[in-house]
Amino acid sequence: MNAEEPQIDTSPRVSDEVRRTTCYMCACRCGINVHLKSGKVSYIEGNRDHPVNRGVLCAKGAAGIMQVTAPSRLRAPLKRVGPRGSGAFEEITWDEALELAVSWLKPLREAAPEKLAFFTGRDQSQSFTSFWAQGFGTPNYAAHGGFCSVNMAAAGIYTMGGAFWEFGQPDWDRAKLFLLFGVAEDHDSNPIKIGIGKLKARGARVIGINPVRTGYNGVADDWYGITPGTDGLLILALVHELLKAGKVDLDYLARWTNAPCLVGDDGLLLRDAEGRLLVVDRVTGKPAPFDRKGVRPDLGARHAGARTVFQHLAERYLDPGYAAEAVAERTGISASRIKGLAAELAAAFDAPVVIEQPWTDFRGERHATMTGRPIAMHAMRGISAHSNGFQTARALHLLQILLGSVETPGGFRFKPPYPKPFDAHPVPHAVCEAGKPLGGPHLGFVHGPEHLALKSDGSPARIDKAFSWENPLSAHGLMHMLIPNAHAGDPYRIDTMLLYMANMAWNSSMNTAAVMEMLTDRDEAGEYKIPRIIYSDAYASEMVAYSDLVLPDTTYLERHDCISLLDRPICEADAAADAIRWPVIPPDREVRGFQSVLIDLANRLRLPGFVDAEGRAKYRDYADYMVTHERRPGVGPLMGWRGNGAQMGRGAVNPDQMQRYIENGGFCTVHVPADAAFFKPWNAGYQDWAVSLGFYDKPQPYLFSLWSEPLQRFRRAAEGHGELQPPEHLRAGLIGAMDPLPVWHPPFGAAAGADYPVHALTQRPMAMYHSWGSQNAWLRQIHGHNPLYLPTALWERHGFEEGDWARVTSPSGEITVPVAHMAGLNDHTIWTWNAIGKRRGAWALDPEAPEATKGFLLNHLIDELLPDRGDGIRRPNADPVTGQAAWFDLRVRIEKVAPRDASLPTFPVLHSPVPPARRNRP
Amino acid sequence: MTALPPPSARKLGLVIDLDTCVGCQACVTACKGWNDQGAGAPLSDMNAYGSEPCGTFLNRVHSYETQPVEGPAEVVNFPRSCLHCENAPCVTVCPTGASFKRAEDGIVLVNEDACIGCGLCAWACPYGARELDAAAGVMKKCTLCVDRIYNETLPEEDRVPACVRTCPTGARHFGDLGDPESAVSRLVAERGGYDLMPGMETKPVNKYLPPRRKGAAAAGPLDPLVDLEARGVAGWLDRILGAF
Amino acid sequence: MHPAPSVIVFSVLSGAGFGLLAFLALGLPIVLGTDALLLWGAGYALAVTGLVASTFHLGNPRRALKAYTQWRTSWLSREAWAATGTLVLLAPVALAAVFGVPMPAHFGIVGTVLALLTVFSTAQIYAQLATVPRWNHGSVPAIFLVFSLAGGAILAGAQIPAAVLTVLLAPLLVWSFRDGDTRFARRGETLQSATGLGPDPRVLAQAHTAPNYLMREMIFRVGRKHSRRLRIIAVLCAAVLPAAITLFVPPIPPVRVGAFLIHLMGAFAQRWLFFAEAEHVVGLYYGAR
Ligand SMILES: Nc1nc2c(c(=O)[nH]1)N[C@H]1C(S)=C(S)[C@@H](COP(=O)(O)OP(=O)(O)OC[C@H]3O[C@@H](n4cnc5c(=O)[nH]c(N)nc54)[C@H](O)[C@@H]3O)O[C@H]1N2
Ligand SMILES: Nc1nc2c(c(=O)[nH]1)N[C@H]1C(S)=C(S)[C@@H](COP(=O)(O)OP(=O)(O)OC[C@H]3O[C@@H](n4cnc5c(=O)[nH]c(N)nc54)[C@H](O)[C@@H]3O)O[C@H]1N2
Ligand code: SF4
Ligand code: SF4
Ligand code: SF4
Ligand code: SF4
Ligand code: SF4
Ligand SMILES: [Mo]
Repeated sequence: MNAEEPQIDTSPRVSDEVRRTTCYMCACRCGINVHLKSGKVSYIEGNRDHPVNRGVLCAKGAAGIMQVTAPSRLRAPLKRVGPRGSGAFEEITWDEALELAVSWLKPLREAAPEKLAFFTGRDQSQSFTSFWAQGFGTPNYAAHGGFCSVNMAAAGIYTMGGAFWEFGQPDWDRAKLFLLFGVAEDHDSNPIKIGIGKLKARGARVIGINPVRTGYNGVADDWYGITPGTDGLLILALVHELLKAGKVDLDYLARWTNAPCLVGDDGLLLRDAEGRLLVVDRVTGKPAPFDRKGVRPDLGARHAGARTVFQHLAERYLDPGYAAEAVAERTGISASRIKGLAAELAAAFDAPVVIEQPWTDFRGERHATMTGRPIAMHAMRGISAHSNGFQTARALHLLQILLGSVETPGGFRFKPPYPKPFDAHPVPHAVCEAGKPLGGPHLGFVHGPEHLALKSDGSPARIDKAFSWENPLSAHGLMHMLIPNAHAGDPYRIDTMLLYMANMAWNSSMNTAAVMEMLTDRDEAGEYKIPRIIYSDAYASEMVAYSDLVLPDTTYLERHDCISLLDRPICEADAAADAIRWPVIPPDREVRGFQSVLIDLANRLRLPGFVDAEGRAKYRDYADYMVTHERRPGVGPLMGWRGNGAQMGRGAVNPDQMQRYIENGGFCTVHVPADAAFFKPWNAGYQDWAVSLGFYDKPQPYLFSLWSEPLQRFRRAAEGHGELQPPEHLRAGLIGAMDPLPVWHPPFGAAAGADYPVHALTQRPMAMYHSWGSQNAWLRQIHGHNPLYLPTALWERHGFEEGDWARVTSPSGEITVPVAHMAGLNDHTIWTWNAIGKRRGAWALDPEAPEATKGFLLNHLIDELLPDRGDGIRRPNADPVTGQAAWFDLRVRIEKVAPRDASLPTFPVLHSPVPPARRNRP
Repeated sequence: MTALPPPSARKLGLVIDLDTCVGCQACVTACKGWNDQGAGAPLSDMNAYGSEPCGTFLNRVHSYETQPVEGPAEVVNFPRSCLHCENAPCVTVCPTGASFKRAEDGIVLVNEDACIGCGLCAWACPYGARELDAAAGVMKKCTLCVDRIYNETLPEEDRVPACVRTCPTGARHFGDLGDPESAVSRLVAERGGYDLMPGMETKPVNKYLPPRRKGAAAAGPLDPLVDLEARGVAGWLDRILGAF
Repeated sequence: MHPAPSVIVFSVLSGAGFGLLAFLALGLPIVLGTDALLLWGAGYALAVTGLVASTFHLGNPRRALKAYTQWRTSWLSREAWAATGTLVLLAPVALAAVFGVPMPAHFGIVGTVLALLTVFSTAQIYAQLATVPRWNHGSVPAIFLVFSLAGGAILAGAQIPAAVLTVLLAPLLVWSFRDGDTRFARRGETLQSATGLGPDPRVLAQAHTAPNYLMREMIFRVGRKHSRRLRIIAVLCAAVLPAAITLFVPPIPPVRVGAFLIHLMGAFAQRWLFFAEAEHVVGLYYGAR
């Protein structure tokens, strides 16, 4: 060594202390090690022991420290003093704030609980917030799923008892072929990245189907730059080609799906006297209940004039209308490419993976091995956020199931507590009575028209019109319809809107400018049409400015949270897992964890479930609730260390439970036994394990629904059968949409016609979470503004050059924005990053911040209602099955304009509720 | 200390797999986070919440598009940090000796206590691996996390650079490129790892693994079971169920 | 490259200062008393002002003394030594002249050599950089030296050297502007060699949307906006006009000062362009040079 070389300390102590908790910058919920120096957060890294992220963190997670120190953090409860939308507030005490809230809420509960609408964004405590709303008695509760990805969730659960979206994952360790449809980032952020890394390291093939070739699609070994909204066509063409070639797993279909079930004249499946689905046994040639011991269902049977689902299905998809040649033009993918993809699927299909692991199925049959097809798929909002998304997602599940690659090695795997068939979920409850709690959970899975949330006059019972004829299977509610409906007083007027972490006055609404007007619109008497808005946010978001009372939340390192099996846990296919957050640092401002605030409000309002018979509070705060609440006897928010501390899943309340979680790094895992790892819906070993953990109370094996009876029941109603009948104007649409077999319809956006020839999309940037990343000093340098990317064809046709600007017009709006060129892009598609654009004055940023000047939202171009088709009715811009907002149906036209300093539209600068930020850091 | 030491046997560095990097920027903020709190001055952010923020980062991830002869354009994400060159020009230009290459393992570092912030080393680096911190006035660069990789207060498995530890796809590999038998050297050999701007004669230690060839797989066409036009769905059902 | 005013001021003024000192040290002309005070003073003032200006470019000027340590490898360090050496060595010569003690003409030769070495070192700081192809060329020290000596000669009133040097400077400048324009391409580095990606990679998105030190320091495209006009000013003011003046106007002090100021203007224009037109290979990563 050179004598002059400076000596450096290569072993500095990293910190004084490490506290392990859970990240919050997205719904992935990775484990983090928070390092503290002198009581301050100094460094955040991934927790290696954590089942979700195994030590890695994404860009947001590693920048969490900038979230916790952001100058945009709210500091105290705020009461509006200026006109709504101005951003003028005064800080008040918590007692004043809570008393004010109670003075608004109490009379509502006593007279008309439906006048409170409580909607939450992507929070992670829905089982708790919905419990609160049930106690309050309002039917108007939902989280954000309706504008997010309910198509994906509902299609999965109705078809196979679980979905891609948070309910399952590819078998990253065994898949040889992986198809990714319409994903830029997803909720399962780090697991997908870890998984893609594993596939790449093993040399497995990754195929991206996406109009845009960035991120995951950039590393994909092959890319299909599909025209938006046409995945259903592509998938059903693959189904056609595979069927034609006989590359479908007949054994799988016969054993585990309703393919061998018999379709009656009414389109419903034949059942025996006890209501069990009937199949024809190949051994006896006689009908038998599907789950009888030893039964060998016959896919080709006929019985009493009824044919099997399989026959119906073959007839439908073997039709030349589904051939590759027939769909090529509409999908933008040549017939030879489609056939090539089918051939790749077939090749992987012919190379099964076998695990030497015996197991027993629900019919009592013992299997020596677990054998599967190494074809994994994953899809998200590229499919989900179209008005044909529900059926497209069903088509994708059909493809997976035909290949025999769901819940088999190498394919797609459920994460406990899934699988769980739709009929094991609750049905919606919407009947409310003054002063009484609601009869059950708000959200659920309807089986047919009898479960719709309608009043006796047939009008929607819910403010968002969820579970109405417009969108019968709206399993997650319709948050995006809340403000428009409340403003219009349709189906009725409400009084108070309680919102929790949803930036509805900006990036989370369609038609943002109109929504801001609705929030500030007044009636003849000069009162706001939406009289009261209470909002909980942690930061100075755009929505804060539109609230009357702001209840400031803590940041994620300053509070308790519960990531529960009752809700959306952090499970992986091989383990049930749940997690907590706990205050690793104390808040330094007058802020409180919102869940604890809800408990305080519940106690003041004496809500059932929160107070005992004498009206005494049952829970001190959220931490107390997490440990002592029991949903069913022995089953509470947290599964770990119950009872005597050794019981997992079920067990009495254990006062030490929180401490045990903290000691274990903030999470608890229980591994799936090896003989229960696959075939979960039909695996006796899995079913017993699930019961032991309390996922359900008795085994519930079921068949995958290739043929969907709930859909058929709505179709029958629309055809005029039964007492519950849809309004006339929806009949034809329902008959088309409620097809019991997956089907493709052009997305409604296509109706915009030739004047709007271009598809316009957004993508999630991996390094930003919706609106909140921009307050992060590190992340905002990575994504401080967002160009509109144009494909080469459009770039050249319009003569664009670097630095140019364009006017983009849709049937409902217009924006003027900077453009950039991208070659790896579908010829008819333009796109930009989601939610980078910011309103001037929000988020404690300089009003001249690039987010506010050059950044922009596509939301100004999207309307929550479709244009009138000439019948005087404006239908929702949504999937007709689930009501999912069709963000990606958007059609536009584009013109070159002179370069500008700022994008359009612009809005007045918001008055900031927090003091200006310090200029430099540190 | 500005003279380069004789070439070390141990050459620690990174191997970055461009076939796997999805451009998530995790390594960018993980690097910022680690080096913001570690030895030396924090990595400042000027005008952090203002109209033109400008901060110091030791690792940045670019996105490029390439147009292969056949097939659609391809996107490649390209992380860029110090390559710990064997023939480091940033070291020899330094007037103060602040910039040095470790004789022991080849890591190129800046001794901030001696740095006058003249910027010359940044000029000398072809790869943009050095950034002068506007608040501290000293030169900042990737340290290969020298305060992690030998850190005895960390568990063994954590003695890797922060960016490597965090990379969700495993696109970043750390090891001894001087040892032909090391995992990283083998990876470089197998995958055709290469140098950036070899013409600059800097002899980078870090290597990049090229994206793999993309496009359709060589799968034969699917033969139909029966002639559907001739035998119809019934004929097809016969065939498929007969074989089952 | 970013044309930092401190560096431009430094290299122009100290260049001229050391040039003047070089002439005075050689006794061209021999000056004594007040004349000596003025001329030696001017030489020292220019050299020192330039050196002081250069410290404004430093992030940490308090530690500037450390720059003396690496003379074995660093041209910046060598420049520091040479500059200091020149100033120290010539101090007795200057003082002697001021106090009217004539010194033999060859006495200052070492000082002259050191002064020129200083200028050469300054130039080498730039010329050594393979990363900036326009600079990485043997003509760069030549031009720096010619500038330095021409400025010095004009001020010193050394008419013939001044005329020769300024006449020489004109074609040298014209050639160097033109030749410089092709050096980047000749060096052969492209985005393809910078990334190893091909064929024909293009930037899809910058690493960060926010600017950074590298972009501000190495990719300074606005500085080239008026480059044609500045090139003409540089050639006219630095070379053609001073040449004409020295050749045709008697070198009385006001003329010398006037010619020097005109030359200085040209030198500033040239030095601005020297930085503004220099493209660093790192710009390739940003698709901008
Ligand atoms: N970093 C980060 N992570 C996040 C979020 C975030 O804001 N930032 N948000 C979270 C939330 S709330 C959600 S809902 C998820 C969403 O996660 P993603 O589903 O990944 O959501 P998007 O980014 O909207 O990506 C949609 C993708 O679909 C493609 N696409 C659009 N139309 C079509 C089509 O018709 N066919 C096909 N095949 N593709 C199409 C788009 O090009 C885009 O790549 O991400 C979650 N995770
Ligand atoms: N054009 C277009 N628009 C879209 C989409 C799209 O793809 N394209 N995607 C849609 C989808 S899928 C979704 S999910 C929505 C996202 O919709 P939102 O959930 O509304 O998105 P955010 O912007 O994340 O807003 C969340 C709010 O929560 C606040 N917040 C953050 N942390 C906390 C906390 O700890 N406590 C509390 N109380 N508040 C907190 C933030 O400050 C912010 O104001 O956007 C939708 N909008
Ligand atoms: S994916 Fe990133 S933001 Fe989301 S929880 Fe994990 S580390 Fe946090
Ligand atoms: S990459 Fe740049 S900073 Fe790093 S050693 Fe090489 S020349 Fe020096
Ligand atoms: S900036 Fe610092 S490290 Fe770089 S050359 Fe100057 S003194 Fe050396
Ligand atoms: S090795 Fe360390 S310093 Fe270098 S880029 Fe990675 S994290 Fe940053
Ligand atoms: S963390 Fe890994 S995948 Fe993400 S940008 Fe960095 S190298 Fe690429
Ligand atoms: Mo979402």
